[in-house]
Amino acid sequence: MKIKLIGTVLVICSLFFSYGYAQVKHATKPVHHGSSVAMVNGKKVYTQICIACHMADGGGMSNMNPPLINTSYVLGDKTTLIKIVLNGFKEDVEINGQKYSNNMTPHSDLKDQQIADVLTFVRKSFGNKASAVSVAEVKKVRAANVTK
Amino acid sequence: MKKLLIFLLPVFAVIGLIVFNACKSADNGSANEAANAGLTLPTGFSAVAVADNLGSARHLVVTPENDIYVHLAGTKSGKGILVLHEEGDKTTLKSSFANFGGTGIAIKNGYLYASDNTEVFRYKLNEKEEVINPDKPEKIVTGLLSRRMHEPKAIALDNDGNIYVNIGAYSNICSDYDPNKKGGPILDSAAGIWQFKADKPDQHYGDGIRYAGGLRNVVGLAWNQQDNQLFVMQHGRDALHDLFPNLYTVHQSAELPAECMFALKKGDNAGWPYVYYDWMQHKNLLGPEYGGDGKKPADSKFIDPVAAYPGHYAPDGLLFYTGNQFPEKYKNGAFIAFHGSWNRAPEPQAGYCVVFQPFKNGKPDGKWEVFADGFAGTEAQKASGRAVHRPCGLAQGPDGSLYVTDDNKGTIYKITYKK
Repeated sequence: MKIKLIGTVLVICSLFFSYGYAQVKHATKPVHHGSSVAMVNGKKVYTQICIACHMADGGGMSNMNPPLINTSYVLGDKTTLIKIVLNGFKEDVEINGQKYSNNMTPHSDLKDQQIADVLTFVRKSFGNKASAVSVAEVKKVRAANVTK
Repeated sequence: MKKLLIFLLPVFAVIGLIVFNACKSADNGSANEAANAGLTLPTGFSAVAVADNLGSARHLVVTPENDIYVHLAGTKSGKGILVLHEEGDKTTLKSSFANFGGTGIAIKNGYLYASDNTEVFRYKLNEKEEVINPDKPEKIVTGLLSRRMHEPKAIALDNDGNIYVNIGAYSNICSDYDPNKKGGPILDSAAGIWQFKADKPDQHYGDGIRYAGGLRNVVGLAWNQQDNQLFVMQHGRDALHDLFPNLYTVHQSAELPAECMFALKKGDNAGWPYVYYDWMQHKNLLGPEYGGDGKKPADSKFIDPVAAYPGHYAPDGLLFYTGNQFPEKYKNGAFIAFHGSWNRAPEPQAGYCVVFQPFKNGKPDGKWEVFADGFAGTEAQKASGRAVHRPCGLAQGPDGSLYVTDDNKGTIYKITYKK
């Protein structure tokens, strides 16, 4: 009886513990700062447009598609970043010693809100911790944007 | 009793955790992975890693003396070709040479041929197939286009003194260069296979022949000795759904277009950028940029592939097996090294395997099968595209073993068969 009880408790405890373990793991996922609406909508745009090349983890693909993690292109000047989305990107870029060469098509057909959301999402995901991008900022860059 | 239980709870919890973790690490089965160097193979086959951490190992050749020439994508300590000597399933680095990285490498009629992204060189070999003068290659072809995309110049040689060089399109689908849809303007100098003389120095475009066109990018190509014909594997276009969301679903965009095997004749046009092959409909279709809708057939002037494979698998190596070691069904069939996809997201990435394509009388015959798998690592590593190893080059050893390079970690696998 006693052994049976101890056995049962042991099983329950280990279940409880693995559950707790899973919970802890869950909690270590990147905490989303800023507007959660922008994050949710930004993720939607990312999944529709960006994921094909930059991949689900934002890591890109070696030699071809640059990563969006921990690079000045993403974390630095917002105007430059917004312009990349509007105009595309057709230069070789070297990040952490790796060269990336695929062209990025322009995405000027996206609405200001969508660009703000997706850039906010990218700047706050994959371990990135940069400030949000606002619709006003996108609007301003788009107004001043000269493609050629 | 209750008090005792409360006291024991955390103790049990810790035990539970230890047991749980112990089970988890046992599941990883590292012993299993070590067998066959982590690969899964058909019954009777086994694999060993004869070299590791070489860098970005692209194509390779193995000599009758068991020397392995490996071409690295870049240079390592200033050298782009490694010479390994294999003995007892282990290799030692014999030497390294060539101040250029690249993909193409081949041996024919006493010469080692190797390419970088714009040129093809050759080195004279001695009777043991060793390079006589590693510092003084002869430049055979020069000045080939290399514009950031699809740069590697993969090579193959025929039996009549010619070398075939892939010049990949520097574009996914040419729309940047053809905004008014008047016809891809880059096709005169890229997106095809060029034929040059294997022994004439300093040849440029004008000295060669545009042997076959409309090929977006070819990395795996091989001369088929039965047909006396060039076979190539095309990397199909990307982004059908991204560019035409109204015509193609995310799933169609992951599976299409097919990666195609073409048997080429001089003057053939495989149709890029105007057409693509749908392996589910078994049809060559008109591309959406040129009025296609996923159903309209392509002009029949474009050749059909002789075999087709799922989208974005990225065929980087092609080898016709002529050895006697493997069972009879493999003789004269094709092995294809699929580098693995990146353009299937949000669907799981796929490929990262070596496929066997049965042949009969010099033509593909019957369904292809996955021959060697497991290069990518776990299913999660494969699905995310974060593969540990990525198959690239293929070579046949003097005893009929199959060699596979991995250009991610630089592993060289040797696959053998025992009855």
